[in-house]
Parts: sequence; C-alpha cells; structure tokens
Amino acid sequence: MNEQALARPSNPAMAVDTSSIVGWGVDANPQNDPTYPYRDRSGDNHSGEWERPTQQEPSVELLKSVEHKWLPAVFGTSSPPSGISGSMRRLAFRWSESNWAHWLLLIGADRVNMVEGLVSDLAHGRIPNVPKEMGVPAEWRHNKTGLVKKLTVASAIVGGGVALVAARRRKRDRTS
Amino acid sequence: MRAMNYRGPYRVRVDQKPDPRIEHPRDAIVKVTRSCICGSDLHLYHGMVPDTRVGQTFGHEFCGIVEEVGPEVQNLKAGDHVLVPFNIACGQCHFCKQGLFGNCHESNPSATAVGGIFGYSHTAGGFDGGQAEYARVPYADFGPTIIPDWMDPDDAVLLTDVVPTGYQAAEMAGIQKGDTVVVFGAGPVGMLAARSAWLFGAGRVIVLDHIDYRLEFVKKFAPAEVYNFKELDDVVVFMKKTTDGLGADVCIDAVGAEATGSMLQTILGKRLKLEAGSAIALHWAINSVKKGGVVSIVGVYGPTGNMVPIGNVVNKGLTIRANQASVKRLLPRLIEHVRAGNIDPKAIITHRVPLDDIADAYHIFSDKLDNCIKPLLLPAGA
Repeated sequence: MNEQALARPSNPAMAVDTSSIVGWGVDANPQNDPTYPYRDRSGDNHSGEWERPTQQEPSVELLKSVEHKWLPAVFGTSSPPSGISGSMRRLAFRWSESNWAHWLLLIGADRVNMVEGLVSDLAHGRIPNVPKEMGVPAEWRHNKTGLVKKLTVASAIVGGGVALVAARRRKRDRTS
Repeated sequence: MRAMNYRGPYRVRVDQKPDPRIEHPRDAIVKVTRSCICGSDLHLYHGMVPDTRVGQTFGHEFCGIVEEVGPEVQNLKAGDHVLVPFNIACGQCHFCKQGLFGNCHESNPSATAVGGIFGYSHTAGGFDGGQAEYARVPYADFGPTIIPDWMDPDDAVLLTDVVPTGYQAAEMAGIQKGDTVVVFGAGPVGMLAARSAWLFGAGRVIVLDHIDYRLEFVKKFAPAEVYNFKELDDVVVFMKKTTDGLGADVCIDAVGAEATGSMLQTILGKRLKLEAGSAIALHWAINSVKKGGVVSIVGVYGPTGNMVPIGNVVNKGLTIRANQASVKRLLPRLIEHVRAGNIDPKAIITHRVPLDDIADAYHIFSDKLDNCIKPLLLPAGA
C-alpha cells in the first residue's frame, strides 16, 4: 500500500501523509487477512465511488435508508407503501438501520398490513380461503392427529373464552 | 401470470398478477422453469423479517428461460436457460469489485447491511421473486449463468443458493485436513455444509439437529456422525466429551433465527420478537468450539440483535466468519463439483409441487411433514 492508496477520493482533505508517521506499515502482512478467500482485496481501492450503473427511474414510492449516500441503481417495485402501514413505514425510515425504532415500527407495520390485506380482499368482493392459505389441506393429508389436536385446543380456548364472557355477563346482570 | 402472494404470517396463496416488465436497461424477464422454497423463506413466512409486505412474491432460488432482455444485456438472449443467483449484484460497486456479490451496494435502497435479494422482503430491496411463472431479473448481464447442457435443471436450481451457502459455510470455516467440524442444523444448507466440509479435508463431521428423519438423511448424504440434541443432557458438555475435552476445531451455524432448544431464546426471539430470532444454535457453536477455533455463520438472523455469549468469543480467542454466500464467485467451482460427482444437489429434493399448491408446500416444509427436506415448485407448463 502506498500513500496514494490512502488518499480518499471522496474526502481528499482527510488524506494521510504516511511518510509523517513513524514506522508506518512495517508490520503489514498480506497473509494476515481473515477475509481470505471470499474477499478479493486487489479490487479494493479504498474509494467510496465507482462507475455507477444506469439509474432505474422510480415508478413507485421508495423508502430509502438514511445510511445510503444515494439511491441504489436498481430496486424492486413490489408492494409500495400504502395505508396506515405505509405511514408507519415512512416514519420508520426516519431512523437508521442501527436504531431499534426503525425495525420495531416496520414489524408493527407488517402486522397492520396483514389486516389491511384482509380488508382489501373483502373490499374487492373476495373472501379469502384462510384455511387453504395456511395449508390446512396438507395438514389433513399428512398429520390428521395433529390437526385434530390443534382444532381441539383452539376450540377449547375459544369455548373457554366464550364461557368466561358469558359468566361475567350473567354476574353483572345479577348485580345490576 | 400466476404468482405466489404473501398475505401475512403463515398465509400464502397463488394469484393472478401483472407480468413483470423491463424496468432497467440491464434487466431480463425470465420464464421460471422451477423454483424452490428455501429455509430462509420460512423466516418470511413466519413473519420474522421486518418490512415483509402483503402482496409480495417470494422466491430467491429459481432458474428459467430468458424471455426478453434490456438494451444493456449483451451476453444473454431469449431462449437461454439460466440459473439465477439469489444475490442481486451489479458487478461494479466497491463490494462487487472485491467478489462480495452478496453485499452489493447498488441493489437495495432499504438497507445498507444487505444487498438485494429476490423475493426477500423490502429489507432486501423489495423485489418480487421467482415463485411465479415469470420474474424480473436485474443486472441480468452479470448474475445469471447459462445452465450447461449436461446439467440437470434440478441440480441447477439448487446452485442458486443452498449449495453455495453450504459450501461457503465450510470455506469460511478455514477447515484444515483432519479438523473436527460440527454443523448445527440438518436442513438443506446444513446438509450441504457437512458434505462440503469433506471437500476441504475435514477429519470428522458431526451434525446436530432434533429431527430424526433429517439426521438419518444427512448421515448417508454427507456422510456424517449425527446426534439428536433433544436426547443430550447438555449439548456443549457432550461436544466437549466427544472431542477429548477440547471442543471442535470448527462449528458451523446453519440454523439461524428459528433455532429450537432454548425456551428463553424461543420466547424472547421467536414469540416476543425482542431478539432477531432465537440464537441458541450460535450460542452452542460458540461454546462448543475449541479455544482459537472458528465459528462460521450462514444461518439467517434478523437485523436487530441477539443474545450470544460474546464474552466467550473473546476469552476463547475465536474467529467468527459470516456472510451471505457470494454465489457468482463460487459457481465455477461448484459446477465442477457437480460434474465430478463430488456434490449431488438434487438428492435433497423430496417434494415436487405445482406452483398453484404453494400454500401446502409452505406448510409441509414449515411443519416438517411427510419427511420433507426440500420442496421444488413447478409452474404450469414448465
């Protein structure tokens, strides 16, 4: 490595004059490289700039990480942000990837988006076949006992919940 | 076209969606001939990856026939049968120039930590994937590789992710001849990691999981010494005892965020999502490897954080190596291995499912029904 290699083209003001540093590079050892063999160091010019690919024109709303210097040249255009979940996602992208708020908001948005998906189906006159979407026919084919167990447990939980609510109502009616 | 449509955790279906179109001069449109469901797709399916949006089509393991190319694609033509690496890589950014094709900086606006991946949430770029009849393939002049005439497409589709990921797990482990290698996880990637460990000269390969049919399979496929960790009192004590009290030279985490084996990690990571999944396999790997050993991680974790014994990493002087597989870098070597018979990828395919039955395929794979190891999806007419 030479002095030229240490000069950062993106920030020339921070270039280091290595001749001014006593002992610079005397212990440098190319074999001391924990990234071998999956990183080809010969391709590293220590520059944050390169010949960029042609920029894809955004055709939908994109949410860009605040850590990016520029919009990457290509991106997916699937499912742009919309509705309440979209607002939550926009808010999330105010924070960096290093911030938990960013990710927790996105996870929350995913759950809201699931409800929005159900509402959208119904609004388009489609009643989703949820058991089929969850693979219940496959469960029936390959694990009848397990399916029966799951249904029994689910029925017991729902039944128990209904009984509890009914009992509370009866108690309230008696006291009022 | 018919395409997988994510509707929320544990809910997927196939719907009619608009055909993909060329959106960038380096795009191609590929007619999918086969795709797979990857173990990491299950993290999406289970709702564990942030910014997984309803309506997206998953699928990052696919191959297909080129239908159309953009004006900057000169090395492919309509009719070419290609395998498409799961990484979307430009081939010219700071990272691609160093062979880090899984870390491209020009393919994912939503995050800087990971490059673009087909059908893997907006955290990985918001691209629709290959569990469909057609897919848009960005940087088609760089990523896709024409499938050699002699190669079975069932082998080719597995070279898009699972084989390179398993192989890179062994490569990153820096295995030396005679080393004891422990692979945590007998899923498809763990199986390929165990198989690949021999190619690097391992002296002993051990695989741990809790699913007996998968252990039986990898016992012959790798081959490997196998143990069901649910039958062990303490995984780490067992590993020490079976390695003269020292620990293994190398431990590979081929499980990732959905590891079983710790109630605490399950509650915090998988149920409450307060961690980026359960990291018990990585915990065991760190504690089972010998001092000065190497832990290689290819299991997928979320972007937040995980509880792992990092103090032991320091005290034991461990080297941790990890990355998404750089598929394009590894393909020439892996194609040679398939041709030479050193790796038999298609042996792990247990289920061939019509694309329209995708909900069943996801459920079977997720719940490990019918001795499922690797489901292959076939679009109608493919």
